[in-house]
Amino acid sequence: MANVLIFIDNPGSALKKSSLELLTLGRSLGETAVAVNGELSPDVSAAFAEYGVGSVYRPSTQDLDDYLVAAKAAYLTAAVQAAGATTVLLDNSPEGKEIAARLGIRLSAGVITDVVALDQDGTAHKSVLAGSYNTAAKTTTPVSVLTVKANNVTPEPAAVSSAPETATVEVPADGTSAAARVTAREQKVASGRPDLTDARIVVAGGRGVDGDFGPVEQLADALGAAVGASRAATDAGWISHDAQVGQTGKTVSPQLYISAGISGAIQQKAGMQTAKVIVAVNKDAESPVFEIADFGIIGDLFDVLPQATEEIKKRKG
Amino acid sequence: MKIIVLVKHVPDAQFDRHLNGEGYTTDRDESILSELDEYALEAALQLAEARGGSKAGNQVIALSMGPSGAVNAVKKSLQMGATEGVHLTDPALAGSDAAATSLALAAAIRHLGAGAPVDLVLTGMASTDGETSLVPAQLAERLGLPQVTFASSLEVDGGRLTARRDADTFSETVEASLPAVVSVTDQINEPRYPNFKGIIAAKRKSITTLSLSDIGVDPSQVGHAGSWTTVTSAEERPPRTAGTIITDEGDAGIKLVDFLAAQKLL
Repeated sequence: MANVLIFIDNPGSALKKSSLELLTLGRSLGETAVAVNGELSPDVSAAFAEYGVGSVYRPSTQDLDDYLVAAKAAYLTAAVQAAGATTVLLDNSPEGKEIAARLGIRLSAGVITDVVALDQDGTAHKSVLAGSYNTAAKTTTPVSVLTVKANNVTPEPAAVSSAPETATVEVPADGTSAAARVTAREQKVASGRPDLTDARIVVAGGRGVDGDFGPVEQLADALGAAVGASRAATDAGWISHDAQVGQTGKTVSPQLYISAGISGAIQQKAGMQTAKVIVAVNKDAESPVFEIADFGIIGDLFDVLPQATEEIKKRKG
Repeated sequence: MKIIVLVKHVPDAQFDRHLNGEGYTTDRDESILSELDEYALEAALQLAEARGGSKAGNQVIALSMGPSGAVNAVKKSLQMGATEGVHLTDPALAGSDAAATSLALAAAIRHLGAGAPVDLVLTGMASTDGETSLVPAQLAERLGLPQVTFASSLEVDGGRLTARRDADTFSETVEASLPAVVSVTDQINEPRYPNFKGIIAAKRKSITTLSLSDIGVDPSQVGHAGSWTTVTSAEERPPRTAGTIITDEGDAGIKLVDFLAAQKLL
């Protein structure tokens, strides 16, 4: 049985779904331990017990968030050694990947990012080249470091809950000596919508929205979806760059992707390729997006989207 | 300032891309300078120009690791305005994963800093082929330098840099001392196009070719042999096929909701 260490950064008052997924995936491989950074609330501790976690590690210092990546990587290295872990799981956020990157060098361990499934023998599955290939990869090192994409595992509590032991891990000093310091941080106003990379449904707008994301946002809210955008729309300044999906933006793999006013040039297709179901609305019947849409509507998004929004509200009561 | 910009020669995403051969590496026909690296190069050129450019002794060195074709990424960088080019190439490098790549690049950077120290290593936020974003962080770890990744703005004042980073839920300002490894996003600037003067000037600029022995790396540390990960299979995803296409006759919004209901997506 492998010893699996899961890194959970600032769990807050309750564990995110993606963290529960990591705990579930880890348990399928062996004994699990968690390395936490930040506050540990009673609810989070209870969730660890419910998910069968054997040990919970916490850093000896509270200032890891004041440094960029390096300090957390140093802490996690010490936690891996304390836990005797052979598999380390992290979330697939930009920071998760970079902590994994540095941890890999510190431990001489192979790193695989963007993992969507994991076999018992450690084979990791992922999709590459904007979803055009599915690959399987393995590390060749005693320790494996894997960053796992959200929404690929169903969270499931352990059959028998545990009574996790808590231990403090001394953070190595070299994690902060050459690290960039965070000198200011401003929270952005929360949209109240799900996170784009993790969303079950994404409604995305492109050039065709012509500056007005209203219909896209209203449909998204009716569906409980995240809002995405093509590069043309973010470059035009119609919506924040955070919303960009595609080659240079975010890769999404939702259950449903609704594309409105996006022509579907190859760079835009790249971001939606792995969606389970694609719906496209575009005025131009020749748009390449219709080649990959499961349901396509040749029509004006300013007519179709508001009508769909009203209909959804009516049916949902 | 002495700035090294890492530039990668990658398959053009405008065409179908393929994985082939031992270790399922990318097919490099139709390759270009990775678009995201142009932002790093532009950031370097702006920093150098603000300090009097090459006449004042500022260096912008474009470094690319890859097979023979990768020299084209270096040439494009020289046309954009890099002052010199370096092509790290060796048959043993083929199939290097991020860890092996960062090992070779770290050795090349140390080699290039042997005379006058390097102030800044600049990279794009990801390659447009591998897309893992691992190499900048691994380089910082290997070189023992501050890591400043995903910078959407960058200012250098004396021996310190200040950068802004934008995450989904927050924005932050970070500070670090030089030398440092910095990756920049596609929001930081608008990369220039090479102009006629730049293209002519590039012909007179030198490109240094380095092999593994030049940078003191043993072939067993890189390539398939030195990588800590291995790709065991690669399957091309079946292309998506078109489904039902309808033309709006005034009720397409309702039909859309019918479709979602039938797919149990409501």
